[in-house]
Amino acid sequence: MDTVRRNNVTVTGNPQGRPVVLAHGFGCDQNMWRLTVPALAEDYRVVLFDYVGSGRSEPSAFQEDRYSSLDGYAGDVVEVCEALDLRDAVFVGHSVSAMTGVLAAGTAPERIGALVMVAPSPRYIDDDGYRGGFSADDIDELLASLEANYLGWSAAMAPLIMGNAERPELGEELKNSFCATDPEMARVFARTTFLSDSRDDLKQVAVPTLVLECSQDVIAPREVGAFVHRAIPGSTLVTLDATGHCPHLSAPEATNEAILKFLAALR
Amino acid sequence: MCRTGRQPDPHEAGDEKAADAAFAALLEDSAEDLYESAPCGYLSTLMDGTIAKINTTLLNWLGLERQTVVGRMRFTDLLTVGGKLYHETHFAPLLRMQDEISGIALEIKQDGGGRIPVLVSSVIKYGSMGELLLIRTTIFDARDRRAYEEELLRGRKAAEEARKQAEADRARLQDALAVLQQSLLPDTLPQVPGVETSAYYHTASPDRLGGDFYDVFPVDGKRFAFFLGDVCGKGPEAAALTSLTRYTLRAAALHNPEPVSALTTLNKVLHERYSGSGDPRYCTAVFGTLEAGPATGQTTVRLASGGHPPALVLRADGTADYLPTPGGLLVGVLPEARFTTAATVLSPGDTLLLYTDGLTEARTGKDRTSLYGDDGLLAFATSHAGTPPHAVVQALTGLLDSFGDGLDDDTALLALGVPASHP
Repeated sequence: MDTVRRNNVTVTGNPQGRPVVLAHGFGCDQNMWRLTVPALAEDYRVVLFDYVGSGRSEPSAFQEDRYSSLDGYAGDVVEVCEALDLRDAVFVGHSVSAMTGVLAAGTAPERIGALVMVAPSPRYIDDDGYRGGFSADDIDELLASLEANYLGWSAAMAPLIMGNAERPELGEELKNSFCATDPEMARVFARTTFLSDSRDDLKQVAVPTLVLECSQDVIAPREVGAFVHRAIPGSTLVTLDATGHCPHLSAPEATNEAILKFLAALR
Repeated sequence: MCRTGRQPDPHEAGDEKAADAAFAALLEDSAEDLYESAPCGYLSTLMDGTIAKINTTLLNWLGLERQTVVGRMRFTDLLTVGGKLYHETHFAPLLRMQDEISGIALEIKQDGGGRIPVLVSSVIKYGSMGELLLIRTTIFDARDRRAYEEELLRGRKAAEEARKQAEADRARLQDALAVLQQSLLPDTLPQVPGVETSAYYHTASPDRLGGDFYDVFPVDGKRFAFFLGDVCGKGPEAAALTSLTRYTLRAAALHNPEPVSALTTLNKVLHERYSGSGDPRYCTAVFGTLEAGPATGQTTVRLASGGHPPALVLRADGTADYLPTPGGLLVGVLPEARFTTAATVLSPGDTLLLYTDGLTEARTGKDRTSLYGDDGLLAFATSHAGTPPHAVVQALTGLLDSFGDGLDDDTALLALGVPASHP
């Protein structure tokens, strides 16, 4: 299947600029970047997409076994880069996507030349000598929360959500659709995200990397940010004065400033 | 007629003042009291989640004192860990993108360790300059509702499990049926010297084991036997009868390949098996032998029929005729049965065709009320006379397909022919 359609790829910004790929994390879709895109659009070619199983990706492309490991999501990233023939792109990944970017940069080094990791965590569950912030039971609780909230999702709504970007009159009905995902697919993504352990992959990162963390983040606490920064040789750590896990929404100016500064220093 | 505006009833205007006074007396509680003692929790938080204001109802649910909460806790501190994760990945981003979010199911933690399922709605309040000021949140007790939803979910999961199980069972059953069905028919027909063979089996419904059967096999050094027939009924009982019939005929033919003898043995076996069972069963069948004739390229066919439609002979010269076997009895009904014999010689280019009545009883016509019939089949056979067995079977397969839903019975075809002598 056509990757551009499969992953609902959107390309905007300056066609001559260096490509910047913005990848959403678990939960919502590419709309999460709505406050980031305008800041990048003038100088960069901005590429947005939805992972298969999220947003308005093609539901029939979902395969549980593929998306039960982060490699499956990294495969989406590499295939989007290939479909657009991106070279030396800057990959900006939020949350679990930061780790997806690490994997993708490892497989396709010619495609990805720099990484911005927004609120990354290589492992969410506590381990010997490592504090990720969660226990396996906590993840089960999250799965229960997902089950209790089929946000904007119903069998009747699904086709509208998945395939009708061109029908704005549905806007009102489509409330919550940015986070509307087929419950089965959301469950797979949640499990893959929160049960993943990518700590060993961090050492392999060989491109300039910016680690952006929030001063108050339940999901990726500061010690995790510090861990990522320590593990990636030569990375830059910036702590944003922001609460929550989505600084690109809660503190967009500071987030954009940090990203732009990093991008400017790349050349 | 359309009413363009509200027109008060005449008596309403006069009563308005009195009503207002009565309501005012009833509604003596202040806005403050309405806020504090509302039947739902109220919460105002700064944009970073810090709790700025909370009502008494919610404090009571939480079992917390105001001073330990206001300015000291964030909204997410009230949630379970799973709820926090959900808040960060769904609730907060959606609230930022939409300015409001409603009816989200979460759980709040009580001081004593208990949990209360709640439904949470939030809206962002902006200042006069459009700046983000705070988040107003309403929290409803959803204990009963959640219990009900959990029951529904449980029911749904159980139904889903049952469905998966049923699908698996069905798949297993289909596999078993397919194996059983295969055991009722030969995998391939043997090579018969000087004779070309071709067969086809149309299954009307994959779920229901068919009751048609055929076979071709060697009986001694010079003869081959063949049979084709149709047992009454469908399903497992018919399959058991088919199996018994097939193996009885094969065994009987090895003992004595004379057609009448083989059918007589079958008649005895079926009658003995089913007559006392309260479920009398029978079949129709044609049984015959093929023997290379004295002249090269000729094969003598000798057959007997027990209540089965007559075989057709398609000649090399383009003619076709039934090989009548009238009066033969159904096999297995009576203790002693009479069977009708017939014989013919197949010369090069001739083909003997056996079939079951699925073919002649296929319903045709627009309203599916006419039967294809013996005459229709004879005309079709005539038009294909002179073609080799596989071509005849192929043409008939196409004919069966063309019947569509008019063909509702299993149909077996067996064609035996002597290849034409031309190069």
